[in-house]
Amino acid sequence: MTTDAAEKKMDKGFDVFSFLAKFAPLIFLLVLMAVFAFLQPRFFSSVNLFNVMRQVSITGLLAIGMTFVILTAGIDLSVGSLLAFCGLVAAAVAKGGMQDRFTVGDAAIGYGWPLALLAAIAVGLVGGYLQGVAITRLKVPAFVVTLGGMSVFRGAALLFAAGGPISGFQPDFAWWGQGRIWTVPVPVIIFLVTAVLAHIVLRYTRYGRQVYAVGGNPEAARLAGLNVNQIICSVYVIMGFFAGLGSFVLAARLNSAEAVAGTGYELTVIASVVIGGTSLFGGAGSIFGTVIGAVLIGVLLNGLVLMNVSSYIQQIIIGIIIVLAVAFDTFAKSRRRKA
Amino acid sequence: MSAAQPQATLLTMTGISKNFPGVRALENVDFEVGGAEVHAFLGENGAGKSTLLKILSGAQAPDSGTIEFGGQHVKFLSPQDAQRAGIVTIYQEFTLAPDMTIAENIFIGREPGSRLFISRSQLEADSKRLMDRIGLDRSPRALVRDLSVAEQQMVEIARALSMKSRLIVMDEPTSALSRTEVGKLFDIVRALKRDGISTIFVTHRLEEVFEISDRYTVLRDGHHVGAGRVSETRLDGIIKLMVGRELALLAPPETSYATDEVALAVENISRRRKSTDASAIELHNVSLKVHKGEILGIAGLVGAGRTEMARAIFGADKFDSGTIIVDGKAVRIASPRDAIELGIGLVPEDRKLQALFLALAIRTNISIASQHSISSLGVFISGKKEEALVEEYRKLLNIRMSSGDQLVGNLSGGNQQKVVLARWLALRPKILIVDEPTRGIDVGAKVEVHNLLFQMAASGIAIIVISSELPEILALSDRIVTMREGHITGEIDRAQATQTKLMTLMTLTSEQAA
Repeated sequence: MTTDAAEKKMDKGFDVFSFLAKFAPLIFLLVLMAVFAFLQPRFFSSVNLFNVMRQVSITGLLAIGMTFVILTAGIDLSVGSLLAFCGLVAAAVAKGGMQDRFTVGDAAIGYGWPLALLAAIAVGLVGGYLQGVAITRLKVPAFVVTLGGMSVFRGAALLFAAGGPISGFQPDFAWWGQGRIWTVPVPVIIFLVTAVLAHIVLRYTRYGRQVYAVGGNPEAARLAGLNVNQIICSVYVIMGFFAGLGSFVLAARLNSAEAVAGTGYELTVIASVVIGGTSLFGGAGSIFGTVIGAVLIGVLLNGLVLMNVSSYIQQIIIGIIIVLAVAFDTFAKSRRRKA
Repeated sequence: MSAAQPQATLLTMTGISKNFPGVRALENVDFEVGGAEVHAFLGENGAGKSTLLKILSGAQAPDSGTIEFGGQHVKFLSPQDAQRAGIVTIYQEFTLAPDMTIAENIFIGREPGSRLFISRSQLEADSKRLMDRIGLDRSPRALVRDLSVAEQQMVEIARALSMKSRLIVMDEPTSALSRTEVGKLFDIVRALKRDGISTIFVTHRLEEVFEISDRYTVLRDGHHVGAGRVSETRLDGIIKLMVGRELALLAPPETSYATDEVALAVENISRRRKSTDASAIELHNVSLKVHKGEILGIAGLVGAGRTEMARAIFGADKFDSGTIIVDGKAVRIASPRDAIELGIGLVPEDRKLQALFLALAIRTNISIASQHSISSLGVFISGKKEEALVEEYRKLLNIRMSSGDQLVGNLSGGNQQKVVLARWLALRPKILIVDEPTRGIDVGAKVEVHNLLFQMAASGIAIIVISSELPEILALSDRIVTMREGHITGEIDRAQATQTKLMTLMTLTSEQAA
């Protein structure tokens, strides 16, 4: 039968383009590293490489959450603001209050890092949930809801931190941002471990499958009996979880939390996910790609710094790369449709 | 009928052919319309009417054939070409901008005024004149959003007149109108005729053909099968032309697996048109029953409400009133989830838009609705169980694929449809609704899908089949229910059913058919 022949033809045969599309971010990363190593020998020192990874780990954590969101064809612009707010809450809990403003607990001795971490994550979950509800129940586009959230959480953070940054934590708190296990910085370990967990969730659980299905074809997902609204809401909650976790690690690393933390992170985070090959149209992408994308941006920024390129030009380059990555995705999609 | 005598031929299409990949849509079709004539253009779903109209409006190019209009040889490369020549097509889905005024819509892209500025006063005066001519009693400044469907249609007609058209093509202009609105529309059409403007209109309501048209043309399977003066023909003659000879294309099955046990009963389901969604099809007190092991066919033309009924039963769309009874108990179905829990499945009309995840693997597409049965610890997906599930249904349905990891988008239409059927079979449904089971798939796969449906019926599943192809309905069903415009218009046992009988029930109101 002719259809059989056609199907066989589609399966067999090595498609160079689809191979490239799959590994493009990784290939690009390796090329970029080779170029920087050639131009600036300091790039390949272990100190510098760990430095890159540590810088990447915060936006990388957020990018893991953002991957869930973008897989459902959603977007979250509020990550940077939510991160700042969560960080302040964590810091206030750890310090037992805020200078001259209020105290938490007895004599303002603070509650230590475990409760600070829980508080940061709890605030992140609630922030994400509220946005998820607005998107699914009020039917406001995610872009608008999270644009509003971006302003709301930043305002909340500024209000909360009217007394200025909260700094100076106990060493066991700071260890989460500055410590090392063997020689590996703790934030890098947190980033990679959560990446592996997120990968397992997306690939091997029922929930992960449902995220891809809802992103790929929401109407088909609904007719297959999935609770589409619930799944869409959940990805913003997951994003909130990562904002909370990220804020904790960031505060620990800087030994301080402030209201302007994470400004502009949404750009880097969304760029990491998109450059990593996750489609803004939803339904296609992976955590592996996001990790590559996050590292790629980190390497690029680090290399440019080493070469004394101004931070203004860095912004221009990042912006152009995002547009090119999406253009590539659109192109790959139209090609797939033709096949 | 009006007294004006049809003048010389206005439009002659000769030997029009058009192929789409794998489908011959039109073959050597001739089509002729006179001046100042109302021409009814008829045919079953998929007969090729839309394709011919698209060619006439310049939206598609024919593979071969010629068009003469007003005595001149013409070639339309775009809808603008056709409009400039004087042919304007009004589609079922209006092309109006809802947040602009009537006047702006009529003259969109052709606003009067200087090169830079629009003359609002002239725009509104010109519009008012056109609106008066067709009896649209509204301010030219009214927003289109605030108009009724009938009024919006009049704006479309006014726009056509503003383009000085000599031929107006209307695709099912009456399907969304009430009885009085239809009367008003026909008055306009008669007035246009007196002004020498011809109209082609497509309709599924055959009684309208006799009410308004001078001549008719019937297409069937992409062929021109008949044309003539309406005054010289009778209703049953046209119906015969539409369905062709009574062919037993696919022999009906000898055995029936139908039992007496009612699996699903639907009582008085109604769904009214919402002001927010004027094109939505209504349902009027739809009631039916399907028994265990029975295949119930639903026949009806486009817009009859077949799909809407199916979606209402499945919880995909809301309905206003009525009861659904499963296994003798009245149930509440608010979402597809609820329906699935009750053992109801729906294979939707449009595979690619409503059922498949084209960018995901075959295994996900098969298992997505029954994840609970292949999970370990209730959370993870067991690769082994999933593999076994996919393999079971690959064998059972003879799905031709290389592995479960293959993307479903790379399969042929027939195999894609089998993947969708596998998804529902894996849920072991008690009731399965199949909307257009074999649309767009080749003949071999068609027979396979039909045999599968028989097997499912034999295993005791109650099946509702919706199909636009009458031979398919006749080949599959134990019993057939016909629908027209949201009403059930008849019910026939397989033994008594013929295409002509069905077409009569599908095109006439129940009183007329009786």
